[in-house]
Amino acid sequence: MTGRGSGTVVGGRVGMKIAPDLVSSLARGRTVILVSGTNGKTTTTSMIVAGWGGSVTTNETGSNMAAGHVAALVESRNERVALEVDEAWLADTLTSTRPHVVVLLNLSRDQLDRANEVRHLAERWRKAIEAYDDAGLVVVANANDPLVAYAAETRANTVWVDVPTTWIADALSCPKCTLAISHVGNSWHCTCGFAKPVPVMSILGDELVIEGETVKLDLSMPGEFNRSNATMALTALHRVGVDLDEAARRISAIHSVVGRFSVRRWRGHTLRLLLAKNPSGFAAMMATLPEDDTEIWVAINARVADGHDPSWLYDVPFEMLRGHRVYCFGDRRLDLATRLDYGRVDYIVVDNDDLVPTSKETISLLANYTAFNDWLARSEA
Amino acid sequence: MTTICSLYPELLGTYGDGGNGLAVYERARRRDIDVELISVGLNDAVPDASLYLLGGGEDGPQRLAADLLRTSSFGSRVRDGAYVVAVCAGLQILGLTFCVEGDDEYEGLGLVDAVTSRGERRSVGELATRVDGQLLVGFENHGGRTTLSGGVNALGTVVKGRGNDAKLDGYRTKNIWATYAHGPVLAMNPWFCDEILAAVVGAELDPLTSAADLLYQERCRVLSS
Repeated sequence: MTGRGSGTVVGGRVGMKIAPDLVSSLARGRTVILVSGTNGKTTTTSMIVAGWGGSVTTNETGSNMAAGHVAALVESRNERVALEVDEAWLADTLTSTRPHVVVLLNLSRDQLDRANEVRHLAERWRKAIEAYDDAGLVVVANANDPLVAYAAETRANTVWVDVPTTWIADALSCPKCTLAISHVGNSWHCTCGFAKPVPVMSILGDELVIEGETVKLDLSMPGEFNRSNATMALTALHRVGVDLDEAARRISAIHSVVGRFSVRRWRGHTLRLLLAKNPSGFAAMMATLPEDDTEIWVAINARVADGHDPSWLYDVPFEMLRGHRVYCFGDRRLDLATRLDYGRVDYIVVDNDDLVPTSKETISLLANYTAFNDWLARSEA
Repeated sequence: MTTICSLYPELLGTYGDGGNGLAVYERARRRDIDVELISVGLNDAVPDASLYLLGGGEDGPQRLAADLLRTSSFGSRVRDGAYVVAVCAGLQILGLTFCVEGDDEYEGLGLVDAVTSRGERRSVGELATRVDGQLLVGFENHGGRTTLSGGVNALGTVVKGRGNDAKLDGYRTKNIWATYAHGPVLAMNPWFCDEILAAVVGAELDPLTSAADLLYQERCRVLSS
C-alpha cells in the first residue's frame, strides 16, 4: 500500500483491512497532537502544524476518521504529527495513536442525523478520557463549554483554557444532572455543583496569556473564534515544548485553511468564502460579516457529508442578517429561503447561477460543507 | 391576544424545533392576528396560553421536562382544552409511558393513551405521512415505537419513513397534534400550520402565500417519488 494519489480515504480503507492496528504501529514513537470538537478542528490543526514549524504529518484533507489517519501517517513519516479527529472517533483514536496532547475545542449540535445527540457524544468523550491509561496524556480543554468540561474533568491534569464561547444553546441543561446551567458573564455553574473548572491556565481576553506567558497574536484570519482556535493550538504547542512567540508569529501568517476565509474570483466578482456547517458555526461566521458594502450569499446542501436533515437552519440566528438581502443557493435553497422568510430576512432564491441579479462587486459567501467545496471548485484564486 | 408558548426549549429543542413556534407566530402576524410568542424556561411557571409547543430532546432532558410538566398546571390546562403541538420526545411525554436510558417505562403525563417502547433500531430519515388526504413532510430522528390505544387516532398514515410503527404517525385528539416529524414541520407544511392556527384562533384564515409554499411542493415531489 502506497497511499499515493488523491484517493486519500480509499487508500486508508484498504489499509484498515490489511491491518486493524495499523494506526497504532504507524503512530508509535511519534509525537502526536489530536484535535477534536464540533467546530474549528481543521483550522486549529492547521494552526498547530504551522505553529510547530518545519515538517509535520497531518490529515489536511479533513479525512478525520481511521482511514484518513492511516493515509496521513503513511504518506508522510515525520516524527511530529497533528491530526484532526471526528468527534465520534475520539475514543478509538486516543488508544490507537497514544497522543501527547489532545485538544478538545467545543461540542454543539451538528449533523444530528448521523451523530444523533450531542450530550451522548460528551458522555462518550468522558468515558474514553476517564478510561485512558496513560497518566502522561495532556488534555487541553475549553473551560467555557460545559459539555467539554464534563468530558475532560475526570483528569486531574487537564489544562483548562478560557476562550470566548458564545454558543451555549446546547449546554443550557447540565450534562450531569439536566437542571438549568446559569451562564453569567464569562462563567457558568449548576446548582448540582458542576461549574466552570478552575484554575484556567490559558486565557484569551484583551491580551492572550498561555500558561502564564503573555503572547502577541495578530491573526490574518478573521473572527474571535479563530483567536480562540489559536489559543487552543498555542496551549497544545507549549506542552510539546514549542517557543510561544515563534509559534504565534507563524500562526498569525496563515491567511486561509483549505480555502476557508480565502478570497476568490467568480465571474468578475470577489468572493469571500466562509465555511459554516452548523448553528454555532453560522453564528460565529455571521458575526464576522462587514456591516455593509458586501452582498451576502448563502449556499446550503444536505448531502451525505452535510447531514441529510437541514432542520438546523432554524437553530441559526439568521435574524442577525435583517437589513441585508440574502441570495439563496444550493440544493436546499428553498429550505433556506423559507427559514429566512419566517425570520423576516429579505431573500432571493437563485435557481440559475447564470442569472444572479447581483449588484455589488464584493460578496460574502457562507456555505455548508459540500456547498463550500462546490464554490471553491468553481471559483478561481 | 393569542399566546403561543414554547415549553422548555432548553430541554426540548434539539432539531430546529424553534421553527414551529416561529412559523405559527409569523403566519398569524402576517394576517394581522394579535399574537405573541413566549417561551417557558426551566425555572418558570407554565403560563396561560392558547397553544403550547413541545419539541424533541435527549433522554436526560426529556425525563426532566416530563417531571417539570407533571408538577405544573400544564396537564389541567390541556384537559381544559388548551391546544398542543408535540413533536418527537414531546409526543412521547404526553403519553402514558416512554423509554429513557435506564428506564423502559418512565411515566408520561397520561394525557393521551400512547405507550412508547424502544424501537428495534433508530428511525432516522425523511418522514412523509398522509393526513386527511394531504401529505405532511418532515424529518424524523428517534428511537421510539409508539402504540396508541383507547381509540386514540393517529395523525396520519406513513408514506415514507417510520413514524410510530412504520404504519401510523403521531396522534390527533380534539386539541392535540403530535408527530415524529421534528423541528420545523410547521414551517415546512404551511397547510398544516394554518389548520392548527385556524383551530387556535377559532376562525377561518385568509389565504397566505409564503416561501414555504414552494418548499412544500418540492418536498412533496421528492418524498413521493
